[in-house]
Amino acid sequence: MKETGPMEETAPERDTAQAGTGSAAGRAAEPLLELSGLEKHFPITSGLVFKRQAGRVHAVDGIDLTVHAGETLGLVGESGCGKSTTGRLVARLLEPTGGSIRYGGRDITHASRRELRPIRAEIQMIFQDPYSSLNPRHTVGGIIRGPMEINGIDPPGGRDRRVRELLEIVGLNPEHYNRFPHEFSGGQRQRIGVARALALDPRLIVADEPVSALDVSIQAQVVNLLQRLQRELGIAFLFIAHDLAVVRHFSQRVAVMYLGKIVEIADRDSLYERPRHPYTHALLSAVPEVGLESAPGTGPRERIRLAGDVPSPIAPPSGCRFRTRCWKAQEKCAAEEPPLVRLEGNREGHLTACHFPEAPTVHGRDVVLDPALA
Amino acid sequence: MSTPFLSVQDLTVDFHTEDGVVHAVDGLSLGVEKGTTLGVVGESGSGKSVTALAVLGLHNPETAKLSGEILLDGRELIGAPRSVMERIRGAKAAMIFQDPLTSLSPYHTIGKQIGEVFRRHTGASRAAARDRAVEMLTRVGIPQPKLRVDDYPHQFSGGMRQRAMIAMALVCDPDLLIADEPTTALDVTVQAQILDLLRDLQEQTGTAIILITHDLGVVANTAHEVLVMYAGRAVERGTVREVLGEPHHPYTWGLLASMPRLGAPVDVPLRPVRGAPPSLINVPSGCPFHPRCDYPALAGPGLCRAERPELSPHRGHGDACHLTLARKQEIVGTLVQKREIVR
Ligand SMILES: Nc1ncnc2c1ncn2[C@@H]1O[C@H](COP(=O)(O)OP(=O)(O)OP(=O)(O)O)[C@@H](O)[C@H]1O
Ligand SMILES: Nc1ncnc2c1ncn2[C@@H]1O[C@H](COP(=O)(O)OP(=O)(O)OP(=O)(O)O)[C@@H](O)[C@H]1O
Ligand code: SF4
Ligand code: SF4
Ligand SMILES: [Mg+2]
Ligand SMILES: [Mg+2]
Repeated sequence: MKETGPMEETAPERDTAQAGTGSAAGRAAEPLLELSGLEKHFPITSGLVFKRQAGRVHAVDGIDLTVHAGETLGLVGESGCGKSTTGRLVARLLEPTGGSIRYGGRDITHASRRELRPIRAEIQMIFQDPYSSLNPRHTVGGIIRGPMEINGIDPPGGRDRRVRELLEIVGLNPEHYNRFPHEFSGGQRQRIGVARALALDPRLIVADEPVSALDVSIQAQVVNLLQRLQRELGIAFLFIAHDLAVVRHFSQRVAVMYLGKIVEIADRDSLYERPRHPYTHALLSAVPEVGLESAPGTGPRERIRLAGDVPSPIAPPSGCRFRTRCWKAQEKCAAEEPPLVRLEGNREGHLTACHFPEAPTVHGRDVVLDPALA
Repeated sequence: MSTPFLSVQDLTVDFHTEDGVVHAVDGLSLGVEKGTTLGVVGESGSGKSVTALAVLGLHNPETAKLSGEILLDGRELIGAPRSVMERIRGAKAAMIFQDPLTSLSPYHTIGKQIGEVFRRHTGASRAAARDRAVEMLTRVGIPQPKLRVDDYPHQFSGGMRQRAMIAMALVCDPDLLIADEPTTALDVTVQAQILDLLRDLQEQTGTAIILITHDLGVVANTAHEVLVMYAGRAVERGTVREVLGEPHHPYTWGLLASMPRLGAPVDVPLRPVRGAPPSLINVPSGCPFHPRCDYPALAGPGLCRAERPELSPHRGHGDACHLTLARKQEIVGTLVQKREIVR
């Protein structure tokens, strides 16, 4: 069903392939998406009449990431650490202030609208909010047709047929074509968003908290749907979410962000079972679970309470950004920024940015707790 | 027993639409005592937010028809004059809204919006209101609050906006706080921080809290009692231990089974409740869950279709399902054994 492949000219240009920054997982195949040193700073102004620039929000501050064709990279991290900004940079809804974005082997960092046209179709975004991201005055059919009309794409058999096909793919009834978004529940609306994102046969979908607003049952439906689409259509995902259990379920690799930086990245099992960065430990320990009777042998999990406040992205701490809240911080942490590297004992592709990493735990639950913070 | 601080009896909320009457809330009763938290969970569209808005008198009387009884501290709120409701909102009862972007005005700074609520209820000066706004932003963990108090909502991340909303709801130390998905937009460490904050507030001021959430883990960790809603009705109610440890209603089982868990195998697809959410215009007859339920056959021939099960008893652990208690316990036992439900 992907045979339409509308944009032959955007096929990866192998000859321009480069090793990038060297932080990539070292796979043979060229990544579909490659971010190097990507940066987005927002100016902050103060003063009502005479606006002065009072500082800059270092929303995304030099990150390296790769996403391979057909895989899901989960992106998690503190609220405000720059996940949505990263997603919007990738979808080219924001202009980066530094670094580069390569897609299919081609530098699109500052590509013009015209240059982006063919790629725009291939990179789609699903937004968190199923309420405000659909135009209430358009029918479902109109919403899903939209991207085809804007991009002047005529699928074989016509746009209407394609829309009905898409409705079926996402598990909606083609009879819903002429209904309006307010007649649908949150979960159904989210599927409309998915159908719209699929309209142009994307190769990469940036999904910014696509299931956060949904109840667990509908969340399960949508996650199963995305998983099936990935399997059947080979779509790659940059999957941003807060729910670590959902991320674990849907991602092959996971990156953890803190204050504009990637602090740890690894394949799923390695990250959840052998986290090395203290912040990853803290995150995993804070997941609220239903378990009234904990699983045999594991005992109740202790939550690491992070001391202190979230530092400001306007003036991030020197050295390691996590140091103001880290129970292992030492002088070196303030003086030197820890590089994102593979630590001894870690699997290939498991990178951590920490001077004094935690021991690789056998199980994600064996969280090392500093008694001083209890 | 005396009436609880907030007592809702037999609440119905109907919306008259072109397609027909939407029965968004259909005979709901609940009670919350001071100093306790009631967790409300349930399907999207089951009437959780509509109930919350009814308590705060925020429905448009033109389109929403309410009946039943809502007593806050012994005072009837249904049909109360607007001026009374305005005084109650913010000071006595406050709400954290589900969608922070549409409930914050894009045209005013965050600090101004928080300060305004404070000024309206306390008559404080502008300067005092601004100080209070900074204090509240600090309490909800916004870094550099003095600088960011003058930001507009679009300059905040999703989670920061949510925290600003929380600051606004808490600015007058309300007696009743309704938190509608307060932490959905937040990462787990900030979520834990906010839940701690709500707990501290509760300890200090004895606030009664209604916590609406789809995260059963959050409920397990913060609520005292739980109410499970389906199609505008309460289908199960009890303490956290009762409802999550000994769930009795098939819909509650469905919720627990569809949850992704950190320890679960990843190659098995998640298990949503089968079928589609019910129409609220033509609500299924009898038990509204029957078209999606796996057990009507065990309840007796035709019973689930014909007769609406009532929530029983009036206090303590109760559920609205025709199955016998022994049958429910047997089924839960099997589901736990198959590890479809973890408790
Ligand atoms: N237009 C803007 N102007 C100024 N600052 C901004 C703007 N957009 C985002 N920011 C800031 O950039 C930082 C990162 O925001 P971003 O939305 O990427 O966070 P996030 O990781 O998605 O957080 P959340 O999990 O809360 O959604 C925040 O400090 C935010 O306030
Ligand atoms: N103004 C309105 N007019 C018509 N129907 C409405 C209106 N407001 C809400 N409804 C309907 O009432 C039902 C209950 O909605 P409500 O917002 O309470 O759901 P909820 O339980 O909060 O769901 P969610 O978890 O998705 O937030 C839904 O079917 C909704 O479509
Ligand atoms: S580098 Fe230092 S401060 Fe940063 S996480 Fe590691 S130990 Fe903690
Ligand atoms: S009353 Fe019948 S249909 Fe309803 S939940 Fe119980 S068994 Fe299922
Ligand atoms: Mg975000
Ligand atoms: Mg709601």
